[in-house]
Amino acid sequence: MSRIDRRFAKLKAAGRTGLIPFVTAGDPAPAHMVALMHALVDAGADLIELGVPFSDPMADGPVIQHASERAIAQGVGLKEVLDWVGEFRGRDADTPIVLMGYLNPVEIHGYARFAQEAVAAGVDGVLLVDCPLEESAVLQPLRVAGLQQILLAAPTTAPSRMAQLCGSAEGFLYYVSFAGITGAAHLSTGDIAARVADIRTRAKAPVAVGFGIRDAASAKAIAGFADAVVIGSALVERLSGATDAAEITARAQGFLQPIRAALDAH
Amino acid sequence: MPTIQDYHRWPDEHGRFGNYGGSYVAETLMAPLAELGEAYERLRQDAGFLAELDRDLQHYVGRPSPVYHAERLSQHVGGARILLKREDLNHTGAHKINNTVGQALVARHMGKRRIIAETGAGQHGVASATVAARLGMQCVVYMGAVDIERQKINVYRMKLLGAEVVPVTSGSKTLKDALNEAMRDWVTNVADTFYIIGTVAGPHPYPKMVRDFNAIVGREARAQVLAQYGRLPDVLTACVGGGSNAIGLFHAFLNDADVRIVGAEAAGEGIATGHHAASLAAGRPGVLHGNRTYVLCDDNGQITETHSISAGLDYPGVGPEHAFLKDAGRAEYVGVTDDEAMEAFHLLARTEGILAALESSHAVAQAMKLARELPKDGIVLCNLSGRGDKDVHTIAAREGVEV
Ligand SMILES: Cc1ncc(COP(=O)(O)O)c(C=O)c1O
Repeated sequence: MSRIDRRFAKLKAAGRTGLIPFVTAGDPAPAHMVALMHALVDAGADLIELGVPFSDPMADGPVIQHASERAIAQGVGLKEVLDWVGEFRGRDADTPIVLMGYLNPVEIHGYARFAQEAVAAGVDGVLLVDCPLEESAVLQPLRVAGLQQILLAAPTTAPSRMAQLCGSAEGFLYYVSFAGITGAAHLSTGDIAARVADIRTRAKAPVAVGFGIRDAASAKAIAGFADAVVIGSALVERLSGATDAAEITARAQGFLQPIRAALDAH
Repeated sequence: MPTIQDYHRWPDEHGRFGNYGGSYVAETLMAPLAELGEAYERLRQDAGFLAELDRDLQHYVGRPSPVYHAERLSQHVGGARILLKREDLNHTGAHKINNTVGQALVARHMGKRRIIAETGAGQHGVASATVAARLGMQCVVYMGAVDIERQKINVYRMKLLGAEVVPVTSGSKTLKDALNEAMRDWVTNVADTFYIIGTVAGPHPYPKMVRDFNAIVGREARAQVLAQYGRLPDVLTACVGGGSNAIGLFHAFLNDADVRIVGAEAAGEGIATGHHAASLAAGRPGVLHGNRTYVLCDDNGQITETHSISAGLDYPGVGPEHAFLKDAGRAEYVGVTDDEAMEAFHLLARTEGILAALESSHAVAQAMKLARELPKDGIVLCNLSGRGDKDVHTIAAREGVEV
């Protein structure tokens, strides 16, 4: 059983909804990245999505675009990201880590080399936004090495394709709550509920819902029908500009704790 | 006897040209791309659609465009005959309209009312605004803030045509960022919006569809050269930004094994300086904007900023079919510098009375090099992809002239 599978099994046994924060690796401060990751866990994160910065984040809104630009300007690349995961693992052997990003940095790094280094660092899965199931043959070395490929499903996904995604899902299936980019806010809970309920009966893996979740209220609205919620842009926005470790930790905790409480009160 | 490879059978049904192409997009776009792919496959075999397209190309675009023997330029160079395929004479002044007329018809058949486009030099933006005006559709054009500055005339033309021009201030503020922003718009408005990509890049089916709509350039030129000279050209050349005018010219000749094919990329200040946009000549295989192709990027996989005097060539990727043709050895891709393009621009203006677009001036510069290597009865066929009116401010500024 993978670290991600164990984590979701534990959540299920406890009857809790998982909390998955997304942060862009290297933002707001490369020097305090590992401290930030531990702070997320202390504030109640069940799994961390670490964004690998990319120069052309086609599926991201301005908040994550700018976070990526800042991280790249500070020289953050895959090597730094993997080093941080390795360092994080020194103190946390349980919290799963999924690298989220785009294909080109992995392609240029080399699939086999990336797979080996990521597993050695303690990465559990990858969510490559621009690598749909149809193109995922290139990820074979990652699978062989034991990295789980987190797939996305969207409101536009056709029924036949949804069946295919549900059948191929591993780790968890990430349901994108609306057609759009990260950071936009049109959460429409009613539409999502029916769709996610249907997917959950069919998917081989738990279902996390992301896009449009910004705070305790929106997280709670989703918690009723999802196995986990993903929160990205709102957290990245809250963190941006913080420079020292204490400030970063305080902001991360101040942001996540009310959400954790709302999910647990559910 | 070795069998001649059939280059016309690409891409395969997944949009792959060998290792290149494909559909590297977020899940949300898989359905609209499939919908577009199905609609296009149906329409491209529909006699009614093809007749409509032919009518528009003839009466609205002004096709066929002539093949013109640039005699004084050829004499000046002192080598083979240089023939120009005059895409600059099309309505709106470039080859871009061949594609937008086609895609707009596809959009109308699909019932879409809103057109979006990205643009670099502004030619594709103008061509999109033009067809949107003609069909009474809403049109939004994304354009990098840097390009808006250097292509002011085209920005104003788009506005006169009723389009909204949205400045893009992320990343390098040029064509690649405009493409990102247009994709973000599309993913947000998939239900009613048709994205007219302006070159043979992007996810499947765009590289194929845009090629098919531009392939009329090569089909006409091949027949025209055969009719006028009784034989095929020795060599073809065209400038390569995303690669649409180039593949447009090349495609009809791909199976003519004796015809040499040379693409001219923007070498900017010289490939060795790093300030260029020569993805094929100096890049490596990677994934950008929905397809696998040659890209300019660093060792972290970050796409690097490009430089070219011509906004339309200032792009760090290239259409996947060109990547395929390069690896197959069927086409060569070489760099032409800003200075060489400028020199060709002036020479063409003074010997032939033609102001070429800066993009096309790269092709003219390459045609001159190729002509020098051939005997006087040789034939170099060069795609003159667009006219230079849009560039006069850039040229004046570069030469220190106040207009
Ligand atoms: C006149 C002209 N030629 C060439 C290009 C480059 O595009 P492509 O390589 O797709 O033909 C442009 C792009 O704006 C253009 O305006």
